[in-house]
Formats: sequence, structure tokens, C-alpha cells
Amino acid sequence: MIEIDGVSKAYGDNLAVNDVSLTIQPHTICAVVGTSGSGKTTLMRMINRLVEPTSGQIRIDSEDVTAVPAHELRRRIGYAIQGNGLFPHKNVGQNIATVPRLLGWNEKRISARVDELLELFQLDPHMFRDRMPHELSGGQQQRVGVARALAAKPNILLMDEPFGALDPVIRTRAQDDLLAIQQRFGTTIVLVTHDMEEAIHLGDRIAVMDEGKLVQFAPPAEIIGNPASDFVAELLGPSDRAFRLLSLSRLADHVESGEATGEPLPSTASLRDAYSELLWSGRTAAPVVTAAGDVIGRIRLESLTRLAMAPK
Amino acid sequence: MTDVTNLRDRPAWLTLDKLGVLIALIAVAGLALPFALLKANRIVPGEARGILDGLPGGPGFLFLALLIACILAALLRVPNLVKLGASATALLALFLLIGVAASNLMPPENNYARVSPSSGFWLLVFANSLMLADVLTRLRLGPWIRIGILLGVCVVVTLLLWSGSWNDLSILQEYATRSRAFWQEARTHILLTFGSVAAAILVGIPMGVLCYRRKALRAAVLNVLNIVQTIPSIALFGLLIAPMAWIAATIPGASAIGISGIGTAPALVALFAYSLLPVVSNTVVGLLGVSAAAVDAARGMGMTRRQRMLGVELPLAFPVILTGIRIVLVQNIGLATIAALIGGGGFGVFVFQGIGQTAMDLVLLGAVPTVALAFAAAVVLDAVVEMIS
Repeated sequence: MIEIDGVSKAYGDNLAVNDVSLTIQPHTICAVVGTSGSGKTTLMRMINRLVEPTSGQIRIDSEDVTAVPAHELRRRIGYAIQGNGLFPHKNVGQNIATVPRLLGWNEKRISARVDELLELFQLDPHMFRDRMPHELSGGQQQRVGVARALAAKPNILLMDEPFGALDPVIRTRAQDDLLAIQQRFGTTIVLVTHDMEEAIHLGDRIAVMDEGKLVQFAPPAEIIGNPASDFVAELLGPSDRAFRLLSLSRLADHVESGEATGEPLPSTASLRDAYSELLWSGRTAAPVVTAAGDVIGRIRLESLTRLAMAPK
Repeated sequence: MTDVTNLRDRPAWLTLDKLGVLIALIAVAGLALPFALLKANRIVPGEARGILDGLPGGPGFLFLALLIACILAALLRVPNLVKLGASATALLALFLLIGVAASNLMPPENNYARVSPSSGFWLLVFANSLMLADVLTRLRLGPWIRIGILLGVCVVVTLLLWSGSWNDLSILQEYATRSRAFWQEARTHILLTFGSVAAAILVGIPMGVLCYRRKALRAAVLNVLNIVQTIPSIALFGLLIAPMAWIAATIPGASAIGISGIGTAPALVALFAYSLLPVVSNTVVGLLGVSAAAVDAARGMGMTRRQRMLGVELPLAFPVILTGIRIVLVQNIGLATIAALIGGGGFGVFVFQGIGQTAMDLVLLGAVPTVALAFAAAVVLDAVVEMIS
């Protein structure tokens, strides 16, 4: 659990972060969203003390972060940034081994961990361990960056625009990989992004920052359905709100009984994808199937339209 | 219209190479000017001798033909390997045959006469070296190959020296009477150069790191070093006499380790002062150029300041720092000749003795090894910079 308690950061007369309090539950993803200059990155950087707060306190599992030297605190917290920040003069294996080496792990344990992480991120250890960062594609560099952040099995992972440099197709895949890894290890993730779509997709809760202040801190459905201010609504992009709401739920949770014809939809698809598919194929309903291919019911266009309405 | 068609129909090699025109002009001038000078003794002006005077008969004509073929190879856009072969062969022939010419021109049983290479020889060497350097650049050879070529040249020069084919050349006759002094001054020259550069590295890199971390310090230190860099070298040697003499006189033990107002110590200090600016400024520039993301990641992962500097920032800045070291090494090899003015020793001793005696051959005995050393240092360090970056 990360408790941010009345934290402010001033640069001269300018308050980059202004009296922010929020609590991030363990094993969840908190997406911090805002425009540039909103203080979102500064807020995240105060958690591992890359920035020291002017006032207020940050606690991790009830312990004040200033209780240990900053570099020791940082070794316990994963850190991944935009443009990945890989060391260009070290190969992939050495990059991933950075924190374990700082922690004094023995060579055998380090090399086993490097291979384990490379496999986890679908990079063949034999092929990639000895490559230099510039020999990798953007998506591979990003994966190595996240693997490096997770190398010493941190409970907390801080990510600053980790997918910012990726093209849309690779970005979606990287986001799904991150979700899978988060579910597998239960890592608490604080993810800074300017992209509301990404925040809705990844965040269990979204913290919206504007001019140093925390404007709203709520689950995605509430942010979409009940934006706390015009600024939040603007970030959501008013024309996409209905679709954003649909994108939050899976078909599996809204299957209805009945028959339908045509190409079936997988139960793992989002309501948004189902809506799009029905409009595209000109149908009013489609069968829903499990991953194994068993038909478990149908979904109607009418119900999707109702689900897309603003919550009252 | 017909002219244009004709131009297009011409083979690619039959067009003029722009740099080749310049090279050819230099080489033609070299052919027109005297090849060697024959002097009655080492200080009187000499009489000019052409290639055919030095190499009578067949070998002379063959040599002329080779040099003319080289001019054609320079002028036309022939394949790079042809240019490489032509210029390398011409250079080898020039260096081999100047020795033969010297032996032929030398009057028998005469210990006072001197034969030295003349303007024509030097222009031909210059033209062919230019051609060779140009073609080597165009071939984009790897660093190891370039070092290999340098080693090959060293071997050839050593063989030529060892075989005695240059023994009748004036510069080697000057050497013959001073061989002990030559190696003594060579040692001093190397000590002055490498000693000052080593000291500049030891002091300059930490100073650069400090300037990088403290912005306020950066401008001040770099400005002071810039001013030092603009002091003329002779003036700096002169300026150092008083303080160095004072140190030698007042600090116990200082004169015992060789510190004095003139000599090697002030020369080392002056060369060190000149070396600082390139080392410090390249360290600062190199560190400033390190990817901010890599440094931020290093900090965010819990590397201490020291670990970041040694493990990330300095290694990434190293190619730029090494470029600075290359600049000062080559600069100091040349600058160290001036140290002879204040009794610092080095190859400059021969240069200044030669100027004093109007014996140009003696000047060459100091100048040629200096140029060769600077050139070799530049080739090696350029190759190393390329290997690590």
C-alpha cells in the first residue's frame, strides 16, 4: 500500500504538486493522468524520492519512505520510463541485471533471473541476452526496460509513459502484456500517462491531475460516468465517452439467453468491440462463445445501446 | 547535343578527379623542381640535381615513367585500388631511390659533401601522400586495418634504415654524428609529451566531472583554461621561469627532484597547462551528451552518485573524452619541440641547433621524427576512438 499524505512540491513560487493525498491499494494499477505540466510525473517521482517533497509524507506499507537512504529505497521499487532509458553501452543481460547486481546477488542467481525474465517477455534468452540495446526494435527495447524494472522482484513498479514511444499496434500488445504480468505477480503499479484511453484500459483506479492538484481519484467507470470537473470530461474526449464506457466491460458479464446467427463473438471481447462488430456486420444480435467454442448465449445491439448510456 | 552524348558514352574512368587535378599539379611541380641538393659541406647552399642526374640510365627513366603514371592515376577516376597501388608504389620508390640517388651523387672519398632531398622530392612525396590519404579515406578501412597499415609503414622505414640504403643522405649523416644525443632527446620528447598528457588526464577528467556537476564552476574554469590556451607558447615558457625558480629555491626538496626555472620541469608544466582545456572541456561535453534517460534510469534504479558516474556517465562520455586526449597528444608532440628553447630537451634541440647553424639537415633531424610521431599517434588514437564508440 502506498499512502500519499498531503504532499506538495514547490519549485520557487510555483507549486508543481499541490497538497495531494491518495492511497494506492496493494496489487492494483493506479494510472495518473494529466496534461503536461500537471505534476503527474513529479508526483510519481516523489514515491521513490527522485524528487523530495516540500511538505507532506509518503508511506509504503506504513513506513515513511525517508526512513531508509534514497538509493536503498529505489532498489526495492521498479522503475521504467519513456524511451526505456536502457544503458546503450551494456547488453540486454547486463541491463536487466542492474538492480540484482546492486543488491549483490550471486552470478548464478542473476543469470537465472535474466533468462526467466527474457522468457516471460517472449524474448529468446539465447538470442537476446548478448544483444546491445541499439540492435533491438522499439517494442523489444520497451520490454527489456520493463524486464529490467522487474528484475529484483519489486512489490511496486513505477512507470512514466512507458508506452509513449511505441506505435499503436505494439502499444496495445505491450499494455496487454503488462496487465498479464501484473495479474501474475500482483505488483502494485503506478503508471503515469497523458493518454486517458491507456489509463482506462490499464488502471484499476485513475488519478486525474491538473495544475498540481488531484482533481479526481476513482475507478474508470466512475471517471467516465461522473467526471468531477469539466477538465476531466475534456480529457475523456466527450465524443468517445459512450465507447469508453463500453470498453470497460467484457461480453462474459453481459451475456443474454437466446439464439443468434452469424459469426460468434468471444466472451473475452469488450462490449465496445462487440458493438462495433454488430454495426459493421449489420446484425441486431450475435452468439457469444467461450474460448473452447461453446455457445453460452447471445448479445443484442439493443442491450449494448442501453449499456452505453451515461450512468444515472 | 552531340557533345553531351559523347560525354555520356565515355567510360567512367575517363573523367577528371577534382582533387586529382590539384595532386597532379603538385606532382608536376615536383618533377620540374630539383630532386636532390648536392652541397660541398653541410652549411653552404647546394647545387640542384634532377632525377636523371641522381639515377642515370634505365632506372631513372623507369622511375620517371612510374611518377608520370601516378599523375595519370591521380587525374582520372580509376578504381580506388589502382590509385592505392600507384601512390603506395610511388612513395616506396621515392623513399628507396632518394637513398640510391644520394649514394650516386656523393663524390667519392669526401666526408664534407652532403646530399639532401630537395623541393622536388618533398613535393612528390606530398602529392603521393595526399593521393594515398584520399584513397584510404575513400576506402573507409576499419580501425584495425589502419593500425596494420601504420605498422607496415613502420616496418618498411625500419628496414630502409637498417639496410643502410639511406646512409648517404644528409639527415642520416647528421644522425650518425649525434646518435646518442638523438635517442636521449627522443626519450625526453616522449617523456615531455606523454608525461604532460598523463598529468592532464589525471587532473583534467576529475576537474571535468566537477565542472559538469557544478554549473557555476564550469564557466569560470573553462574561461581560465581558454585564456591559458591563448598565451603564446614561448611566452608561457618565459612566464613560468620566475615561479618555477622560486619554487626550486624556497620549497625544500623541489630542486632535488629536478624543478628549476628552466629545463624539463617548466616545459612539462607548460605542456600540461595547454593540455587541460581540451581534456576538461571534452569531459564536460561528453558528460553533458550522455542520454538523460539512461542517467535518470540509473538514479531511479538506486545507483549511487558514484556508481552512476563510474558505471554509466563516464563510460558513455569516454569516446568524447578520448577525442580530447587525442587532440592534446598530437598537439603536445608538436609543441614539445619548443621546450628546447628553455633547455627542456626533446627533438626541438636539433631544430634550434640547426637554425642556429643554418644547417637545414639538422633541422630535419628534429622535425621529421616529430611529424612521424604526431602522425602515428593520430592514426592510433583515431582508430581507438572508432573502436570504442
